[in-house]
Amino acid sequence: MSSSTNDVNVSYLDYKGKHSGLLGWILSVDHKRIGILYLISMMVFFTVGVTFGFLMRLELIAPGRTIVDPQTYNSFFTLHGIIMIFLFIIPGLPAVFGNFFLPIMIGAADVAFPRLNLLSWWLFIIGGLLAIISVFLPGGAPDTGWTFYIPYSVRTTTNVIPALIAAFILGFSSILTGLNFVVTVHRLRAPGMTFFKMPLFIWSLYSTAWIQVLATPIIGITLLLVVAERTLSVGIFDPALGGDPVLFQHLFWIYSHPAVYIMILPAMGVVSEIIPVFSQRTIFGYKFIAFSSLAIAFLGSLVWAHHMFTAGMSGVAMIVFSVLTFLVSIPSAIKVFNWVSTLYKGSILTDPPLLFALGFIFLFSIGGFTGLIQGALSVNLHIHDTSFIVAHFHYVMFGGTGFGIFAAMHYWWPKMFGRMYNKVVAKTGFWVLFVGFNLLYFPMFVMGWLGMPRRYYDYLPEFQIYHMLSTVGSWILITGLLIMFINLFNALKNGKKVTEENIWNGETLEWSTPTPPFLFNFKEAPTVESGPYEYKRNEVSETEVKEEKV
Amino acid sequence: MSTTSSAPGVETHIHRDDEGSRLGMWLFLFTELLLFGGMFLVYAVYKFTHAEEFHLAAKELNTLFGALNTIILLTSSLTMVLAIVAIKRGQKYLSLFFQLMTLAMALGFLVNKYFEWMAKISHGIYPGSEQLLEKSNGEILFFGLYYVMTGLHGLHIVIGMAVIAYMTWFTWKDKINQDQYVRLESAGLYWHLVDIIWIFLFPLFYLIS
Repeated sequence: MSSSTNDVNVSYLDYKGKHSGLLGWILSVDHKRIGILYLISMMVFFTVGVTFGFLMRLELIAPGRTIVDPQTYNSFFTLHGIIMIFLFIIPGLPAVFGNFFLPIMIGAADVAFPRLNLLSWWLFIIGGLLAIISVFLPGGAPDTGWTFYIPYSVRTTTNVIPALIAAFILGFSSILTGLNFVVTVHRLRAPGMTFFKMPLFIWSLYSTAWIQVLATPIIGITLLLVVAERTLSVGIFDPALGGDPVLFQHLFWIYSHPAVYIMILPAMGVVSEIIPVFSQRTIFGYKFIAFSSLAIAFLGSLVWAHHMFTAGMSGVAMIVFSVLTFLVSIPSAIKVFNWVSTLYKGSILTDPPLLFALGFIFLFSIGGFTGLIQGALSVNLHIHDTSFIVAHFHYVMFGGTGFGIFAAMHYWWPKMFGRMYNKVVAKTGFWVLFVGFNLLYFPMFVMGWLGMPRRYYDYLPEFQIYHMLSTVGSWILITGLLIMFINLFNALKNGKKVTEENIWNGETLEWSTPTPPFLFNFKEAPTVESGPYEYKRNEVSETEVKEEKV
Repeated sequence: MSTTSSAPGVETHIHRDDEGSRLGMWLFLFTELLLFGGMFLVYAVYKFTHAEEFHLAAKELNTLFGALNTIILLTSSLTMVLAIVAIKRGQKYLSLFFQLMTLAMALGFLVNKYFEWMAKISHGIYPGSEQLLEKSNGEILFFGLYYVMTGLHGLHIVIGMAVIAYMTWFTWKDKINQDQYVRLESAGLYWHLVDIIWIFLFPLFYLIS
């Protein structure tokens, strides 16, 4: 392949390499194209996940059988969980926007290991397809819930093994992405880009990458052990042979709790990018936000057993895990306070990205506070395994990370594709989504508190009003999603062309690349002199104002 | 992909960074350690709860087989290091010789392991067998862990062999040479990891009797 100076200075979308057409995408080692590949595949899986969620809610609109039988319902919530967690939320920000923007924001041409990057996408696709195939194989769709709890996951006759192997492969893909990002941040920063000049999104991706590398192997081996248990009955987790099912729960949550920080940290990074840009102010407490990401990554690795307060543990262990759970809320709160302080006295532009970021702060705060409620031992025993937990989880993961992903889409879409979406429609979509979201999940707090167990197919008539509200909320939410996505995808074809480099007046490096970025990102390799959020123009104008007054 | 830089100061997608490759390999080894770490954790828990029965079950294993395999694997690590040193000095054929030695010893390890497993299985000791199920819970757990952990380790030996064979091919084709040997180094690191895991497996299964 020849590469003269001319043919690489084209948009990465138009570049013609060794392969053309579809192959030019699925065999590309360009981090931007891989980011887009992830975006497309993730959107497909998200659509499937939403469909399962929608059907589940529809079934629950009235007590007793409404549309499906109990076994099918069990498969619905299992697949909804597996798909949303392993195929949407975990890869959502790091693999899509991390891949696309991490190298650009540190001034690099690509990630450290581009071929490994492509391999991790292929593994992602293989794992995702395996998860989908497990639905259709003879034996029936998996019905264990996404947690694969022993001993049921050993006893059930459904296709648990394909689902376990799918999750294992997806974990491997996630490890490779994390490894790639850690090395990229260490080795490929542009001259002058010290750690404390890195954008906060990079800090959050860096922390996330470490969790991906350190926690994922544990779930890998745990899932393999369940496969071994099912195929060979080795006895490690099977109580009939002397194994301990609670040990499985420990190993499962040693990964799966840090995993929720894999999900939320990058979203916090996105919010840290958007808030200063749309209030045109330097971020408040840069180092505190940066270090709180690391603190969350560290403390988040030590709280796993709060998922198991009813599973049988010593009193001391329970108190320790409860205290650690409270501690992890401190760095999260630091971030929220810093964001709000950044907004204070800023010149706020209420463009769609900011709306989604504010939605994140609001919903994440509700999710975070209810998390504290669950972290308290006495209350936890009361609300354990109720829909209160479901509501909390969705406020944090969907209201938090989900809205973070939507915010990132609206923030970076024009840069990625060189097209602008309709802002009025985007704002409308946000409000519909916001209303639908709260109507869908808030009633779950209430009925959970009153004793509605989660994952149940049937319920007492007194809960029907909450279920009804929740199901109606799901319809509004899906309408909001449709408005948002149709608007975004319509923009690709009919949106206004964007050619200017810096449409939001951001100060980070991605806004000094051509729109859409060139094949190797920059026209000339950048050198960094100032921090990422130094709004000099405003400061200058403020001093000018003062001088005028004098 | 062309490796010449296409615009001033901007590298192409795939670029050479030996330091970065080493860092990446070490991170990967870390994940491997954690993968086995999960199993060592399980082992520790059951050793604690079933100490007597583990002691009893370990007597069934043949220490001679284990010791022999330990010696084979440690020596293969040595030949791997020698292969890297040789390529650093530009002695291609010496390096090839040591790489093939490493491969031969890895194969020897597997053959040894095969006979050891077969002996156990012919005595009716394997997961889910009637004879094993008659034994106490601790012994069932011991042999369950024995097969899973040494099995997974054996799988790593096979992967390691494939990687080294690939490196041998690269060395033969001069893609690994005096100036560019980071891939061989990384393969060596992986091989040492496989070795070090065995060094822990050996006492935990064979020497606790």
